[in-house]
Formats: sequence, structure tokens, C-alpha cells
Amino acid sequence: MPQESYKVETHYYDVVVIGAGGAGLRATMGLAAKGLSAACVSKVFPTRSHTVAAQGGIAAALGNMGEDDWRYHFYDTVKGGDWLGDQDAIEYMCREAIPAVIELEHFGMPFSRTKEGKIYQRPFGGHTIRHGEAMAQRSCAAADRTGHAMLHTMYTQALKHDAKFFVEYFVTDLVKDPRDGRIVGALAIDLNEGTLHLFQGHAIILATGGYGRAYFSCTSAHTCTGDGGGMVLRAGLALQDLEFVQFHPTGIYGSGCLITEGVRGEGGYLTNNKGERFMERYAPNAKDLASRDVVSRAMTLELREGRGVGEHADHLLLNLAHLGADVLRERLPGISESARIFAGVDVTKEPIPVLPTVHYCMGGIPTNYHGEVVQKVGDDPDVVVPGLFAIGEAACVSVHGANRLGTNSLLDLVVFGRAAADRCAEIIKPGAPHHDLPSDALEPALGRLDKLRHANGGTPTAVLRVKMQRTMQADAAVFRIAETLAEGCAKIDAVNAEFEDIHVSDRSLIWNSDLVETFELANLLGQAVGTMHSAAQRPETRGAQARDDFPERDDVNWMKHTLVTVDDKGHCAFDYRPVHFKPLDDEVATVPPAKRVY
Amino acid sequence: MAEFSLPQMSKVQQGKHFAAKPGAKKVRTFRIYRWDPDVGGNPRLDTYEVDVSGCAMVLDVLLKIKNEIDPTLTLRRSCREGVCGSCSMNIDGENTLACIKALDDLPSGNVNIYPLPHMPVVKDLVPDLTHFYAQYTSIKPWLQTDSVPTSRERLQSPEDRKKLDGLYECILCACCTAACPSYWWNPDRFLGPAVLLQAYRWIVDSRDEATGDRLDFLDDPFKLYRCHTIMNCTNTCPKGLNPAKAIAEIKQLLVNRTV
Repeated sequence: MPQESYKVETHYYDVVVIGAGGAGLRATMGLAAKGLSAACVSKVFPTRSHTVAAQGGIAAALGNMGEDDWRYHFYDTVKGGDWLGDQDAIEYMCREAIPAVIELEHFGMPFSRTKEGKIYQRPFGGHTIRHGEAMAQRSCAAADRTGHAMLHTMYTQALKHDAKFFVEYFVTDLVKDPRDGRIVGALAIDLNEGTLHLFQGHAIILATGGYGRAYFSCTSAHTCTGDGGGMVLRAGLALQDLEFVQFHPTGIYGSGCLITEGVRGEGGYLTNNKGERFMERYAPNAKDLASRDVVSRAMTLELREGRGVGEHADHLLLNLAHLGADVLRERLPGISESARIFAGVDVTKEPIPVLPTVHYCMGGIPTNYHGEVVQKVGDDPDVVVPGLFAIGEAACVSVHGANRLGTNSLLDLVVFGRAAADRCAEIIKPGAPHHDLPSDALEPALGRLDKLRHANGGTPTAVLRVKMQRTMQADAAVFRIAETLAEGCAKIDAVNAEFEDIHVSDRSLIWNSDLVETFELANLLGQAVGTMHSAAQRPETRGAQARDDFPERDDVNWMKHTLVTVDDKGHCAFDYRPVHFKPLDDEVATVPPAKRVY
Repeated sequence: MAEFSLPQMSKVQQGKHFAAKPGAKKVRTFRIYRWDPDVGGNPRLDTYEVDVSGCAMVLDVLLKIKNEIDPTLTLRRSCREGVCGSCSMNIDGENTLACIKALDDLPSGNVNIYPLPHMPVVKDLVPDLTHFYAQYTSIKPWLQTDSVPTSRERLQSPEDRKKLDGLYECILCACCTAACPSYWWNPDRFLGPAVLLQAYRWIVDSRDEATGDRLDFLDDPFKLYRCHTIMNCTNTCPKGLNPAKAIAEIKQLLVNRTV
């Protein structure tokens, strides 16, 4: 029981969206446009969300700058995901990509343009035409600030539709109706007022992003703490494919800030200490534009074999000066600025020092292609959890399989943000009455809030957080092996157990960022534990899961999604869902598994 | 001579002093504005002596303080690479982003850190930007068209697209608006540089069809014409944008419309 009684204000909406990045905003806007009442609850002002940091583009087979077809995009995405992606969802995403990007343009998004005035498209890793014959130009770009342009555009569309925002409200937990166990709401703290709010909805859409901050060095923002995934684990539901964490080949050495793959799309390339373009050895056709897992592994091997640059031979170089000042100014102004600020590099003259850096979580909350959360119940792997949706990086649809292609993330946000809104419009009647919750419904969430707010152990949040981050960085890295994974599991379990001893210094409810960071740490820890144990139990190399001790893909035993639950003691339990091989319809044929060569 | 003094409750008082830990190598002193809404009273300046080895940016220092010295220090931060606009604050007298303000670029001596000026303070370095955001919404910052688009993109020439450069990059950090003396006087009625720059971004977009309405809305002695070309906005913009020029362009369009 809470130490003090808390006053909670209840808000009723048809749908509650948690998170205001690309996916959350697209869902919110879509719900408002469909006449449903929607509350978008976000811990940051919408344009501060991490979508803002996406650089290179959004994939769609528009064919503005050469041959293309959404079926090629479909093939590339299946292959890029190393055959772990669900082909029905991938078909849906790649086909819907074209209207989705046109819609963004109609919303006013400031895309770069071709001479004819069409949307400019650049090549990107793993995107090809005719099943790998040549590189495609598929990435629709607004210079190298595509995420910024998209997020701001979508926020203004949400304003246009008069969507209701609750900004700087931190959601702590999902709330269940204790009578039937159905998830009907979420408890939030209004950081500015220090008041508590229950948002009740016929559907809850989690659009809370990835958990990149479980690692020490990542391109992710400080706010990427996987809050939705944490809440889902606490609600007793399973997450999917957590072992697949993408390392982006080009984080700036030291700071970890992202340098877009679009640099290589525009003609940049990587070199080692001998000045060699080493990607030619690893991916003779696609070279520097092989998919990210392939390039990050190649870079890690170069470093291991002593061909790194710098005093400690611990990084590599991204060459782009040959592109010329005009291309750099027009197409890559943002990374030119980042390289100057964070690496002290003038990109017109020098290469950028880079290192593979944690970038994206392919795993997350399992959903179908409508965004509805699914769980395995008995023998049925696709049972919908009533009233719960997940979209964007928080979700695992799974369109990215074991490795996401660059530019498919922004696409995922808008396609499934819209799909979730459309699905809500199908199943929810605007203004349908809400059931009042029994008085004890909020007790678990309030009890936890009160406990953490007054936490008076011996371990400050920041101390435990960095322990977790160092453990993940060391033992859930680009290459993995049984011994270090076993060690990693023991270490991360110990770190997780230490949370019982957490210490919060700030006792206020107004903008208590110490408390918020503690809630965030709890969310990260659940997923860190799930990630390490998921990696340890999958004895094969597939996409971002590269096992030194199991270097081959094992389609016979492991072409299946991992489901993991993490209980309140930190114990993991595993189950599996089959991959959906069948596309949605006969517009495209199943891509059968094959050896993945670039 | 006129004498000015701050209202009694606004006078900043000396706060706590956190001395450097023994053995600290590269110590710099930061004096940081603190105000706790639960306690109320006057704001104070806490002094932190910080070992800044390993810190490149001011944000690194602030997070080091929060993580290792005083977890109650409160600030906004997110992307840590200058694109989200969360960590705007006044550092050594200049409104900027803590995440891209390099320590090496600050003059030697104590570093003073305050919240953005002339905004209500919620807590410590967190200002209340509600009114700023409402002003942004007031300019209808979305594409307005009457014509029905085709099933493909609207065409826009590279030359027309170029007109958006220097405008669409705005991250709504409010550094410029909080640096503008005209805005300090009339925040309720003057839209301020950031919002006017955004207004111009939609006026010059070749795809937008509401230019006349947008100009009508701005043609007002307060919304637009409180700008007296003081240029603090342009000097302080951490993204290198030029709000003063955007405002001048709007004024020019309004003049052209009347002749």
C-alpha cells in the first residue's frame, strides 16, 4: 500500500496513444481524422522525440530516379532481415510505402527535389533492384535531416486536426481492470504540475520507441528507454526477438552520434589503417552499401585483426571529402555540422572517425500488421491482446526480422502508425462508454510509484544504470559466444537484482527527473535482461545476432521468433512463434530462404 | 538616473557549494541557477567544482553533476547532438544548446548557467514553454491548399525548395525568442523570432496556397512589427539560422503588397 494517498484525475478517451514520435503522431493524427477522441501522452514535447534524429531517408519504390518496384523493396527487406521477418507484414509495408511517402509530401514535408521537381531519392544499404542485380535509388530524403523534416511535419498535421496532447506526462505503468485482466488505461505523472492522471481508453497504443540506452555507446537519445516494452513485461506479456540489436556502422568515434548511411549512399566509403576499402573484400557487389549487420561485422573484424586507425587502433575512417563541397553542402549539411562539432573534422578535407554503435532494436512488443499486440496462447501464436497496440520501434511486427534496412524505420513509423489508427476506427465506436474501474485497480501502479519515489537504498540510479550499460556493451556486442553470453547473463541478472537497493534523491513530484530516470532504468533493465538471455539461447548466426561459436544460420531449428517474458524476480521464460512466410495476397510470392550474399 | 532592481522574489541568492573531490584533475567551476517549486522562495546559485576531464560539451558537465554530485539538478535533455532542441539554456550569458556548446569555446573562469531568460521557470533549468508553443500553433504551421493533389507528389523545383533552406531546420529550441528584448516587453502579443521564422517558412513554400491569409494574420503592430531588428535572435541561434532576415522578408512582402 502507498505510504500516502494520491489523488488521481481520470481522463476518458476512445484511444490513448503513449509516445509522440513519428509513429505516435501518425496514429494520433489518423485517429483524430477518423473522428475518434484520442489523447497523445508524451514524456517530451513531440518534436523532441528521437525520430527527429533520423537522417538518411524513408524508403519507397517511387522510381523517381531510375527503375524500381515495391516488390524489389519487399525482396530486399526479407533478405535484409535474414528471413526472420514476417512476409505478410513486409508486403503490407513495402506496398503502402508509396502512398505513405506521397501523403507526407502532401502534408508539406520539405523533401529534397530532382531537376523535374520530384522527391529526391538516394541509394541506401541493402536496397537493390531485380533481387540484388544493382543498387536502387529508393531512399526519399530531405537532405540529411529526413527525420526532423518528417517529425515536424507530422506534429503540425496533428495540430491541424486539433489533436489533444498531454506533454511532459510520464507514463509509469499500464492499468488493468482487475475483474477481467484487460488493459484499459495508463497511469501518468504530469511533470510540470506534479499531479497524477489515469488515462482510460478502449485501446492503448504504445509508441514509446526503442531501448538503445540499455547500452553504453549508442546513437539513441537519452530518452530512448523502451518504456512501452518495460510496461508490457510488467503486465506479464512477452516481448519478441530482443536478441536482435542493430549496430550502425558509422557512429562518431567517442560521442556515438549518428553519421547517416546516406554518406555511403552518396558515394562515401570506409577505409582501414592501410587506406584499404576493406568492404570490397566482405561484400564484393554492394561493398559499403551492404546491409548494416554485414558492414558492422566487417568493421569489427578489421579492428580485431589490428587494422584500426588512431592511437589505440580502435576505430576506422569514413571518407567523404571526394564528394566535393557542393554535394556535402546540399545533400549532407547536417552530418557535416555533427562531424565538425563532435569530431573536430572538416568533412571537405578529412575523413570522419567512426565505430559500429548501437542504433536500433529490431525486437519489441509482438504485433500483427494492424499494430495489434499478439501473444502465443496454447497452440495459437497469433492471439490478439484486446485493446493493446504497439507501433514503431517499440513494436516487433516483424518487418525488420533479424536486421533492419536503413530507411525502413521511418517507413515503419508512418505505415503502422496509420494502420493502428485505421484498425481502431474499425473496432471502436466513437464515444462508446467506459467502465468505471474498481477502486483497487490503480493499487499496483500507485504502490510502485510510491515505493520508487521514496526509495532509500544504497545505489543511486546513475550508478546502476552505467553498470547495466557497461555489461550490455561488453557481453551483448556485435560478436557473441557462449562463454561471454553466460557471463553476461549472470552479470546482468546481478545488476537487475541490485535495483531492489535503488536510491532516489529527489522526493518531489514536480519535474522529478531523478524519479523519471529511475522508472526509465527499470524499463531498460527488463529489456536488458531479456536481450542478454535471448541472445544466449539462440545458437545460430542470423542478422544482428552473430555467434562466433555458431557461425551459420540454422533454418531447420531457429527460423522462428523468440518470445521472452521477464518476471518480477528477473527470471526469463522462453517460447517461440513461427515466422509468417506467406505474403498477404498473390501480388508477390514468398521469398524462400537463401544464403545471404551482398 | 533611473534605478532598476529585481522584484524581491526574483533576487538570486547564494546557494550550496559542492567542492571538487580530492584528486580531481581538471577542475572548472559552474554556478547553476536552482529553484525548487516545492520549497518556493528565492532562486539560488549553487556552485559546483567539477572535474571536467572526459567532458567535451556543457551537457556532459551537467549530466556529470546530476549523475555523480547532485541528482536533484533538473534539466531537459534528449538527443545530445543538437537536433531535438531540449537542452536550450543560458550558458555564460548566451542562449544556446548545452549539448553542442563545447567547454573549450567558453572563456576561462567560472561558468554561469541559467534557464532561458524571461520565461517562467518550472524548476531549475526547466522553463515553461507553453505560451511559446501556443504561439507556434497560432500561425497554422501546416501546408494549406485548396487544390486537390494528384496521387503523386506535388512538384517543386530545386530552386523553390532551396527557399526553405535556413528555415525548415529550426528546432523550436526558443533560444532566439528568449533572447529578444522586444519579446521580453510584449511576450503576450509579439510572436517572437522563432515563430515568425516558421511563419515565413510556410509563406515561401511554393506549394502553400494561403500566403494572403498568412500575411493578413501577421500584418499587426504587435505580432510582427514589435521586431526592431535588434538581431539578438540571429546572433544566438545555435543552428546558425537567421530569424531576423526571415522577419525582414515578411515585412518586405507586406510592403510590396500595399504598393
